[in-house]
Order: sequence, then C-alpha cells, then structure tokens
Amino acid sequence: MSDLIELDLAAARDGLRAKEFSAVELTEAYLAEMARGEALNCFITQVPERAVEMARASDGRLADGTAGMLEGIPLGIKDLFCTKDVLTTAASHILDGFTPAYESTVSANLWGAGAVLLGKLNLDEFAMGSSNETSYYGGVVNPWRRKDDDAPLVPGGSSGGSAAAVAARLCLAATGTDTGGSIRQPGALTGTVGMKPTYGRCSRWGIVAFASSLDQAGPMTRSVRDAAILLQAMAGHDTMDSTSVDRPVPDYSAALTGDIRGLRVGIPAEYRVDGMPPEIEKLWQAGQQWLRDGGAELIDINLPHTKYALPAYYIVAPAEASSNLARYDGVKYGLRMPGKDLIEMYENTRAEGFGAEVKRRILIGTYVLSAGYYDAYYLRAQRVRTLIAEDFRAAYDKVDVILTPTTPGPAFAIGARTDDPISMYLNDVFTVPANLAGLPGISVPAGLSESGLPLGLQLIGRAFDEETLFRAAGVLEQAAGFAARPQTWWKD
Amino acid sequence: MTVDNETVRRIARLARIAVKDEELPPLAGELNAILGWVEQLNEVDIAQVAPMTSAVQTTLKQRDDAVTAGHIPDDILKNAPETELGFFVVPKVVE
Amino acid sequence: MSIEEIYDAKHDAGGELIAGATGDWEIIIGMEVHAQIASRAKLFSGAPTDFGGEPNDHVSLVDAAMPGMLPVINNFCVEQAVRTGLGLKAEINLYSVFDRKNYFYPDLPQGYQISQFKYPIVGRGEVRVDLPDGGTRVVRIERLHLEQDAGKSLHDQHPSMSYVDLNRSGVALMEIVSQPDIRSAEEATLYLEKLRTILRYLGTCDGNMQEGSMRADINVSVRKPGTSLGTRCEIKNVNSMRFIRQAIDYEARRQIDILEDGGEIHQETRLYDPGKGETRAMRSKEESHDYRYFPDPDLLPLELTQPWVDDIARGLPELPDEKKARFIDAFGLSPYDASVLVAERETADFYEAVARGRDPKIAANWVITNLFGALNEIGKTIAESPVSAEQLGSLLDLLADKTLSSRLAKDVFEIMFETGDDPQKIVEDRGLKQVTDTGAIEAAIDRVMAENPDKVEEVKAGKDKLLGWFVGQVMKATQGKANPQIVNEMLRGKFDL
Repeated sequence: MSDLIELDLAAARDGLRAKEFSAVELTEAYLAEMARGEALNCFITQVPERAVEMARASDGRLADGTAGMLEGIPLGIKDLFCTKDVLTTAASHILDGFTPAYESTVSANLWGAGAVLLGKLNLDEFAMGSSNETSYYGGVVNPWRRKDDDAPLVPGGSSGGSAAAVAARLCLAATGTDTGGSIRQPGALTGTVGMKPTYGRCSRWGIVAFASSLDQAGPMTRSVRDAAILLQAMAGHDTMDSTSVDRPVPDYSAALTGDIRGLRVGIPAEYRVDGMPPEIEKLWQAGQQWLRDGGAELIDINLPHTKYALPAYYIVAPAEASSNLARYDGVKYGLRMPGKDLIEMYENTRAEGFGAEVKRRILIGTYVLSAGYYDAYYLRAQRVRTLIAEDFRAAYDKVDVILTPTTPGPAFAIGARTDDPISMYLNDVFTVPANLAGLPGISVPAGLSESGLPLGLQLIGRAFDEETLFRAAGVLEQAAGFAARPQTWWKD
Repeated sequence: MTVDNETVRRIARLARIAVKDEELPPLAGELNAILGWVEQLNEVDIAQVAPMTSAVQTTLKQRDDAVTAGHIPDDILKNAPETELGFFVVPKVVE
Repeated sequence: MSIEEIYDAKHDAGGELIAGATGDWEIIIGMEVHAQIASRAKLFSGAPTDFGGEPNDHVSLVDAAMPGMLPVINNFCVEQAVRTGLGLKAEINLYSVFDRKNYFYPDLPQGYQISQFKYPIVGRGEVRVDLPDGGTRVVRIERLHLEQDAGKSLHDQHPSMSYVDLNRSGVALMEIVSQPDIRSAEEATLYLEKLRTILRYLGTCDGNMQEGSMRADINVSVRKPGTSLGTRCEIKNVNSMRFIRQAIDYEARRQIDILEDGGEIHQETRLYDPGKGETRAMRSKEESHDYRYFPDPDLLPLELTQPWVDDIARGLPELPDEKKARFIDAFGLSPYDASVLVAERETADFYEAVARGRDPKIAANWVITNLFGALNEIGKTIAESPVSAEQLGSLLDLLADKTLSSRLAKDVFEIMFETGDDPQKIVEDRGLKQVTDTGAIEAAIDRVMAENPDKVEEVKAGKDKLLGWFVGQVMKATQGKANPQIVNEMLRGKFDL
C-alpha cells in the first residue's frame, strides 16, 4: 500500500471517509516509511504501538460516524510540544527522560480531531537554530541533495525534523513552531508548505518556551490546502494562555477560492538585500508575475526598519530565552549533574545539559538584561520592534498581503555555517520581521535553484487574516506548479 | 561595550552555567561579535517610540478565583532526579 | 523645604533615641510587608492556597514550572490589591506591568519570580499609627505590588540535603513598602499591627502571622539626629511581633557599636535567629544580585478602568481611622477607648451592636473592661465570646431601668459569661431582681433600726456619717437586692435629714 503515502492530507481524509483504506493501513504505511527513513534522523521518538492503537480507535469512529476533522491522519509532532506520557526533549540533553503528565493544547486539539501520533520530530535544541545542527540527538538530514552531489544538506531549522519528515513522506503532515522563521525557513529548504499563524492564534500552553513573545505553532504540510486543514484543528482560544486570542476560527479551507482578483500585493523594496543571489531575485519576480496573472495588483511598498529586525530579534529572543530556560536547573525534571554544593550542581547541570548555541544565547540574553545594559539593549530592541510593527501597519493601509522570498538561498551543506553564528542568523532575515510584528506568514515551494534545490516564496498577511494569506498562497502554489521531489536515496 | 573574560565569567555565573577558563576567550569573542553586530540598532531614532509590550492587540486575560488544579503530587514529582518523603531533594542550602 | 524634609523634621521631633558612648542615636526603619491575599486559588494558577497540606500537594503544573506552562492571573487577587490600595489611601495605577525577577533558588521553580518592578499596581499612600503618648506617626507607603510567593526549603531534615515543598509556590502576595518613617522597634510593631488591622477590615489578608500570611523585611539604619541617613541592613522574613522588636533592637545596637568603634556598616541582607536573639549576614545573599527584571512576555500589561476602581471604592467598609473618629465624635468615647474598640472589625461591630440605642460610654466601658477582661482571662477572641452583643445589651437595659444595681449587673454578667444564658433568665431564676418596693425596704429599715437603738441615737445626735453604715446593713438584710438609692433616701426620711 505504499501509494497511500502519496495522498496528501485532504485526499487521505477523503479516502478514509470513503473507506477506501483504513486508518490502521494508512498509519502502518507511514510507520514503514519511518523505519526506512532512519538515515534522515527526523524522529527523536517513535511510538508505533501507540500510533496503531490510535489508528484503530480512529477506524472505530470512522465506522460509527463520529469521526473528527482529522480522523485517522498520521502526524509527526515537533518535540517541543509536550505529549502526555511520551518522552519530550526539546532536543536537549537537559530534558533527559522527561515524560510530561500533560498534553499541549495544540496537540490535544489534534488528538481531539482524531489525528494519530507517529512520533516526536527532531529540531534544533530548544528551537534555537536555523539548520537543525544544534540538536542533542544529532542533525536532521535534508531529503534533498544538490544535483550530482551526495553531500548531505541541512533541512533548515528549527523545525527541520518536521520539514524533512513531510518532504520525505515519513508523515502526512507535522506541527512546527516558529519564533524567527523556524517553520517557514525549513519549509522553503525542503519544498514543503510552512505556515506561521498570527501570534495568539494557537495556544502556547504545553509548548516548551523559547521566546514567549515570538513563539507560535503552525502546520507544516505538502500543500496549502493541507496547511489550512491542519491549522483549523490546531488553532483556537485557550483560557490557559494569557496571550491566546479569543476569536472564532474561520473555515480556512473555504478561503481557498483561487480568486485573487483585485488583491493588493505589496512588494517591499527593503527585502532586495545586498548580495541576494540572482536566482532568488528571479523567483521573486516570477511570484509577482503569477499573482499579477491571477488578477492581483502589485504595489511597491516600503518597510523602512526591515534591516533592524534581525539585530532586534537577536536581543529580544535570547533575553526571553535566558529567563525561560532558568527552570532547567536539575531540581524538578531532566538532567542533574552532581556538584559539591547547590550552586555547583546548578552550574554543572546547565553546562552539561545545554549545547553550545543554547549557552551562547543564554549568555547573550543574560548580558542584555543585566544591570546597566537593559535600556541600551532590551528596551531599545523593543522600541525598534514597535517601529517594525508600525511599518507593517502603514503598509497594510495600502496592501492586503506582502510577497517576499522566504530565504536568501537554498539548503546548505551540513557544517558549512556552524563556525559563524551571525552568518547562520542571516538565514532568517526575511522571516524574522513577521515574528517581531506578530503577523501570519506562509512559505510556499515555488521553484528549484540552479543546483536543483527547492526555494520558497513567503506571503505575510494582516494580523488574524490567515484567510487572505491562504487564498493568495493557494494561487501562488497553483501557478508555481512545484512538483519536484527529492530522490529517495535514504531508502537504499 | 566590549565583553572581556571577566564579564563572561560574571554573566555565566549569573546564568548558572559552569564555564572553564579556556572557554572564556572564545565565548568573549562570540559575544562581542554578536553585540557588535546588534550595535547597528543605535542608528535608529527611538526617542519618541514606546517599547512593544505585546505582539497581539488584546487585554490581559484573567481567571476566576476558583481551585481548579493541584492534588497531583505524583505528577509533580515523577520526573524529579531526586525526591524523598514527597519533597524535591537538592544539595543543602545554607541561608 | 521638600516634603521629605518636612516629614524628616517631624520625625526627628518624635523620635525615640538610643544612648551610645558618643551620644544619642536615632533608629531609622522602613518595612516591606508581605501580605498573603485571602484568595482560594494562587495568583497565576488554580492550585489551592490552604495552609499546610502534604508536601507538593497544593501544586499545579504551573507552580512547579513544568515546561510550557503559562500564568493566567487571578482577577480576585487584582481586586484585593486595589481594595488594599484604596484602604491605604493610595494612588491606584490603572496601568501596571508584571516583571520577571530572575534568580536561582530551589524553592523558586521558574528561576524567576513574577512581580511588579517598574509599574506597581498601587502607588503612594499612608498608614496612621497611634503612638502610646497619644501622638500619631504617619508612615508613608511607597508602593504596593502583586507578586508570587516562593516555595519552602527545609534544611534540617537531612545532614547534606535540603528538601523542597512547593505548596506555597505561586501564592498571591501583596508587598507593601513603607518609607523609612518608623523610628523605634515599638513603632515598627505598632505600624505592623495597624497595617494588619486595615487588611483585616478590608478582608484582603487574614493577617495570620503564625501561618506566614504576614511577614516583614525590615530595613534598619542608625544616625546621629539631624544627620543624613546611614547605610541600612535588611533583616529578612521576620514573622512575629516579638521577633520584630528583638531583631530591630539587636540590629540597631549592633550598628551603633560598629560605628562607635570607628567601623562602617555594609549594606547587606541579614537573618534574625530567634534562638540566639541576634541577626547574622545571610550567606546565600552574599553575592550581589542582578535580578535582570524585564516585563513577563507571558502576560500583557494589567489595565484597569477608573469606573471599576470607583466601584470597589464605593464597596469599601468603614476603616479603622474613620471608625475611631466616629466613635469619638458621635459616642463621646476617649481616643484610647475608641482605639481599643476599632482594633478589630469584629470588636467594633460587637461594640456598636451593644451601644445601639444605649448609652455609648457605658457600653464601651462594659465591652472593654468586663467583656475583654473576661475574654482575656480565658484566652478567647470576640468571635468566640460566650456572651453575645444582644445579651450584653439586654444586661445594660436591666441596669438602665434599675432592675439591676451595677453590683448585681456584674454578678449577672459573670453568670452569663459562664453559662451563656440571657440576663433576664438569670435574674428571674435566681431572684436577683433589685428591690424597689418601698414597703419591703421600709420593713428592712425598721428592723435594722429596731435592732440598733444605740446607733439610731448616735445619728440623731448628729453623727451623719453613720448613715452609710445603715445603708450597708439594709443592703445586707435584702441580700443586696435593694436599690441603694431608695434605701438612702428612705433612711434620710426616717432620720429627718
């Protein structure tokens, strides 16, 4: 039944409802793919027995007519979402052996809709990274390779395991989280759709926190329609999250009308950065043409503070992270390393438990919040953030969505950028502004680089206007007709 | 504002991360590179700008004063590295 | 003069000085009182706040700082902070912000405490403290903010390990910060008592110091009168009035001794050791702290509306200062009696129920002297009084209509206190009714006169003083039930006086 994995979420759902195959069959097809895809290192934890059990329950509900909107759909969950009685690691040594007694709101929503858990997906440690190379459980390998080159490439990050697993068909769809581009950037680097909703759209309750004011969960899928369906199930108000917004969740799939006539699309001059590869510029031009062909109106806009987004982000995110990660102290859960006294126990535990990038960010965050530096760094960055949000607000007086490239380039070789943190940070130059402003963004696979690697285009929408975003993304997807697939070398 | 080895040591102490002496110079170098890079924010005129307090336009959510949680000591303690008699156990604290 | 200087000058005038080898010293005290809000659930979680419990039983996933857990504020706690602010005559800040105060400690599971640093919910206010000399000390309140309590570390259960219980972790506290306006250990306890009274009137904190519902951090410094403020030391977490007095006295003397020996005071955090009766520097606080406060990104700013605050203000009870003023003005009580009666809301309510429609001064006298005296003897509170306000009121009615003499009334009160019976019942059952029947009294007088002809002669000869003896004999003959005034009048009639 290996053709089952070729069905996208929408098609699989229809097939399940039509009883063309069972949820158990579908789940077992994916479990087989997972077993053959070990070389990609997508999963930190696999739960095959539990998956089959859940699928069996789904078959029961499909039979008795009580099926939920995701009944029997096998999903991978980024290992940043706490899952009840299933190891949850954040890809960090410091959470050794941690099995939560609770389920994150987003994953609980998915199980409530009938979805099946295949396992927990690899990521950068605590979601800090853009290449998935900081995971304590080893890096994820991108299913894509350059043409005529076997060098392993990164899948992007931090939701690299999610992106790679979706691209390699190891799961039907996956959850990700996006703090500075962690859904959209790996989506672009693996030829998948990655969608970050408006901040507050999905509950953060039960998701291991990285930077609270920026973190947002979202779907990672094979198509825009799948993203719309998955977000529908993930989103919603949660009284347990003070920053979750109490608004009804619209029918996102219904927004995919294919009609963007009269839609005003902003093209921000500031995203034409120095040294941008010609193939990225070319793709961006193509995207503009596709939308114009669909009847949209293209409007040049300015987002003057764009260049300050990345440096502001690298103050705000580490500052919040330094505080959020203080709870990992060897007392309540996870790793404990001995020490001659309490302070040494803390210091040894945290030195051993956190990897280099996490430590670097904790130290930066601690520094920028420390006495005498708070105003110069943190407060200044939060003011710049206000300006960035105002840039977008002004732009949305004139346009409905904004089109940009998702990344400045395609996937790069494992190890190529690990020596230079700043060059690594620059991967997120186009994705970070939407996080700082809390806006929804989606990356749609739109073409291949000269080296044969996928590239993505990003649409950024108004706050809580995911519908327009999906509508435009659907047209972009259709026009781009991206059908390329990686060679399945990992199955050899 | 350059970070020297002593500053790294102090910050690492605040963050409760053990850092060996030989790790200090490379860490100082990395932190300086990052801090030097974020210096470009000083170009921005922020005199009239309020710091962002939240990415969402909404009001603070509140809960009613009702007991809805607790009485789950097993769940609270089950992942702890060391417990005794229902307590978390840590190396002795001297006050 | 600035407002600070005016206050300073006022305080200098009233300060209590300590004699040192080099002259007099003045103690300067500021207090940070942590008052637990009387809520059912914690400040940011739904876990219970009940005192005690099995270790780690009153703990939610949020209080234990499990990964991914988020705070949601308890609206009742916000309201209590505002009520308290209004009760302290303080500014209510319609915009306040929750910050994280970052430090590592095993009883602080998040690695930070959610508190309010830059923008507290309540600003400047004041507490008026009655001093024993009849004066009043106005202690200015700098601010009141909301914050989470920490858990508890037990250090004496194991030789090399500490045990941590998170039951208190996340309990809502109001930190009430005073200006350094307090000038003696006694004033410090009076201030705390007054604050406690206000909180209990408002119902925002139960004021139970034994259970840790109120604790004080005390900032102490000393100076020669008229000079600028000295370096202060902070004594952490003192939880009884007696310890507060002892800790301040010890600490002031310690600082004076150092200064007089030519030393200097280092600003530090100290701990009071009740066993040794001394303060010592806290080892865990030796390292200078850098709390890295920043707004908690899990919470938005707390925004209140003026109409909501006004609504709360309208619902405030009469507070002790106003009540005391009314007792003095409307009831003619002495400031001392009024202070005693308003110290607890229950007492004041009891008194008012007794005084309603009766002579307020007599009522005050009975409540303070007789009832409080009797309650003190058996160690009970007014809420546990065996005599209700209605019963005490009826007793006063019997006194007023001369059914009982004041001596009989005292006897009846004692029986009431013991049995809980109504005074009418006691009077009837025991025949304690005052005799106002002139016939019966006259008969007794005649009998006493007949039995004591010599004394009768003496009175007739002009020895008026013996009249008192006759009154006493008649009272005795009537088992004390005769109305002494009638006896007196009738005797005078018999002797033509």
